[in-house]
Amino acid sequence: MKRWLQRASRLRVTLWTLIVPPTVWAVHFLFSYLWAAISCEKIGEWALFPTAFAIGTVIALVLIVASGVIAWQQSRTPGDPPPHQEGTDIDRLRFLAYSTMLLAGLSFVAVLFTALPVIMLGDCR
Amino acid sequence: MSLHAQDDPALRAAQEDRLREVWKPPSGLFLRWTDTNNNRVGVWYTLTAFGFMLFAGVLALIMRTQLAVPDNDLVSANTFNQLFTLHGSVMMFLFAVPMFEAVSIILLPQLLGARDLPFPRLSAFGYWSFLIGGVFVAGSIFFNAAPDGGWFMYPPLTTRTDLSGLGADIWMLGLSFIEVSSVAAAVELIVGVLKCRPPGMRLNLMPLYAWYILVVAVMILFAFPPLIAGDLLFEMERLLNWPFFDAARGGDPLLWQHLFWIFGHPEVYIVFLPSIALFAMMIPTFAQRHLLGYPWIVLAAVGTAFLSFGLWVHHMFATGLPKISLAFFSAASEAVAIPTGVQIFAFIATLWAGKVKWSTPLLYASGSLAVFVIGGLTGVMVAIAPFDWQAHDTYFVVAHLHYVLIGGTLLPLFGGLYYYWPLITGKKLSDRLGRIAFWIMFVGINLTFFPMHLSGLEGMPRRVFTYPAELNIGWLNLASTAGSYLFATGVLVLVVDLALSPTRAKSPRNPWNAGTLEWLALPDDEDWGIRSVPLIESRYPIWDQKDFVAKVDEGRFFLPDAEEGRRETIVTSVLDAKPVSVIRLGGPSVKPMITAVALGSVFILTTYHLYLLAALGGVATLACVLWWLWDTAEIPEKPEKPIGHGMHLSLYRSGPAAPGWWAMFITMMADATAYSGLVFGYYFYWTVHPDFGEGFTGPGIAAPMIALAPSLASWALTLIAREVHARGHVMLARLLLIGGAAMAVVGLFAGLRCLDGLDPQVNVYPAIIWVLVIWTVAHAAVAVVMQLYTLARSLAGKMDPTHDADLRNITVYMHFFALTAIVTYMTIGWFPETGL
Repeated sequence: MKRWLQRASRLRVTLWTLIVPPTVWAVHFLFSYLWAAISCEKIGEWALFPTAFAIGTVIALVLIVASGVIAWQQSRTPGDPPPHQEGTDIDRLRFLAYSTMLLAGLSFVAVLFTALPVIMLGDCR
Repeated sequence: MSLHAQDDPALRAAQEDRLREVWKPPSGLFLRWTDTNNNRVGVWYTLTAFGFMLFAGVLALIMRTQLAVPDNDLVSANTFNQLFTLHGSVMMFLFAVPMFEAVSIILLPQLLGARDLPFPRLSAFGYWSFLIGGVFVAGSIFFNAAPDGGWFMYPPLTTRTDLSGLGADIWMLGLSFIEVSSVAAAVELIVGVLKCRPPGMRLNLMPLYAWYILVVAVMILFAFPPLIAGDLLFEMERLLNWPFFDAARGGDPLLWQHLFWIFGHPEVYIVFLPSIALFAMMIPTFAQRHLLGYPWIVLAAVGTAFLSFGLWVHHMFATGLPKISLAFFSAASEAVAIPTGVQIFAFIATLWAGKVKWSTPLLYASGSLAVFVIGGLTGVMVAIAPFDWQAHDTYFVVAHLHYVLIGGTLLPLFGGLYYYWPLITGKKLSDRLGRIAFWIMFVGINLTFFPMHLSGLEGMPRRVFTYPAELNIGWLNLASTAGSYLFATGVLVLVVDLALSPTRAKSPRNPWNAGTLEWLALPDDEDWGIRSVPLIESRYPIWDQKDFVAKVDEGRFFLPDAEEGRRETIVTSVLDAKPVSVIRLGGPSVKPMITAVALGSVFILTTYHLYLLAALGGVATLACVLWWLWDTAEIPEKPEKPIGHGMHLSLYRSGPAAPGWWAMFITMMADATAYSGLVFGYYFYWTVHPDFGEGFTGPGIAAPMIALAPSLASWALTLIAREVHARGHVMLARLLLIGGAAMAVVGLFAGLRCLDGLDPQVNVYPAIIWVLVIWTVAHAAVAVVMQLYTLARSLAGKMDPTHDADLRNITVYMHFFALTAIVTYMTIGWFPETGL
């Protein structure tokens, strides 16, 4: 596990990796909305929806947690002194990684929010 | 040019003379309007948007006067409809969004230590488009022809020509034109933030304003195009009787609501985030310390941007969608409160940790937060579907949205006005008048809008020109009307303060003792933007970097000269702002203005059904664009130039290192988003209408595949042309381009064959196929133009294997074209025929 984390923390960090967690949220959200709309209109009920939805939600959460953990590792890259707001490679990396981690937190909560209606309502009404 | 050389005052004076000469604005009665420098265009833009705001404010005052007492007859119902439609439309499309673009065009180059944005002429084009479209839309009320269907123009009221007249067309076409200028601004601002930062300004040192602008500009790319797609369908229905929103012929008015609100909700954040961005600049200045929680603000901006695209259905809670769908959007609407709250707490924490100077701008900032939070709280209420069903379309919603927009956009902008006025004019505004204006406005706003919560809960509907005395809401409305006049008085005091500004003395440089780059500007403004492009090592370089201001002024940083007599700025890399190249910027030119007039004529003539003239306008627009482009991507007289400190930068880049490539990529992202709005329409009809396509013979599978093959061949030939050209086979590349153009022409006609036997007026199924195919073949036509243009560039010696920006840029276009062709022809050919 530790070695895996170390390897992961050497992954490249860019503006694209910053938006991975919210993009996962967006895909999950779109998937939930479209599937609910289509199954409610076409079948009139959810059919396989809760199972598929549960799997999709777990996948989304795992992806978000994974990107959050990697970002957390990267945001602790040792090197320059605190408060880590200098114009150095390490501080830039730490900043992007830290922001990614925060976005992972927000995206995690937002995915849970999307899951709530399914637990509460459970059908097409 | 070593550091040492800059010690020579004579050299510095000579450099300054050269810079001044290069950046000299054009003079003369007409020519002065051909300027493209951001400090001028930005100011015109701001003043125009401010003017539209005052105009829309007057419309609101007339409405409030009408509603002051029950059963009033100051204006007719019809006029009232025009008033509220235009008030909302002007405030959103002609004030809030353009104001953000305008302020950014002024501030961004200053903040980034750039001489100008990468495409100054594009900014000018955006401005002229905005002015023409804005006057066209706003002026319609003087001819009793203003749109009257509400700012969201719901069909079928607005698509039926017997129920709404010319106003609906004016709204659609006039505002579509302005949306074009917004997308142009988004391209400019994204490339500006990503590629034109000063050396050393890595992403983690970027001013937060730039982060917000980047985020908002990206939001524009994904939010505006769905509305453009909606506008297209809407006008097809109004002008050609294609039944996209007509339920009797298989259409669906709800599709419009989806497309409108996919735009409309992110729009709220598009106008909110840039205003809150002004706080992120003001608050550190007045707390005299770094902003706390920099990454948290970035989280807030990016998180809000994403979540804001998952909210649109909360405007449609009352339309009968499945409850589970409503609940998804309700959940996302609640989630967006998290990032919004985070940034407000970061601001409060910064003030708490610093030594606060209670200046006038800060008064506006804190006042607006209070107003905004009230709007935010009612927002949390109406985000809950059952509550919304009670409050929907009542004055409760009017109160909510005005608290949000005034607290989140208007007051922060006024605060920004007081803060940045010295930057633009070199003079401070009056603290005294500013505070008086603030308190009058603050009381006025609350007196106007707070009672609306109550009148709404009492059952007063929105958009109704009067109400009976029996409803017992007369006194609440009277209070609102009194408040609105008070509010207007406050705005008037502010306008007086602005008007008195020319009589006041200049203030010292950097009067607030701020730490960010924009305050390098001198009170007697020079047009060159910045004397030398600095090396950045801190988020607040004026505070933290030793002798920073003097070094900039003495030209001790980069690019202190304009030896070749050209306007230039430095391009750097996206993540770490490493210097990449020097680009030559477009100077004053009539081309942007003429192109805007030509494009405007297309939209305006179409409004009056003058199709032949509009088509001529389209040809003129194309000619203008080509005329404009012909001078761009020029091959420089030497491969590179020194920028000081022994560094030499290339004067030409192609592909992803060049701003032009990014502009093409970003424009095509917007184009693809608009297209996906149309595709969404196709699948939307299929989802909600079980009989979609039934009883019609579609285009079949063969015809679309026959159209797809040459389209893809055209793409492949362009791609191969790019590769062989880079390897030096110029002749072969030219032949391949000719082949690519020929294939695109074949694809175009083969695409039109798919429409044989389909009558778009009969039913929505043929109509949506028509739209998808027309969109695709129009792109094929543009592909032909691009390929032939590139060929001409090659023949004219403006492109060679080491200077191939044109070819690389059109390849980006071709990638998107290929994708469009695949989706269109696959969709119409294989779906839903195959029984999926």
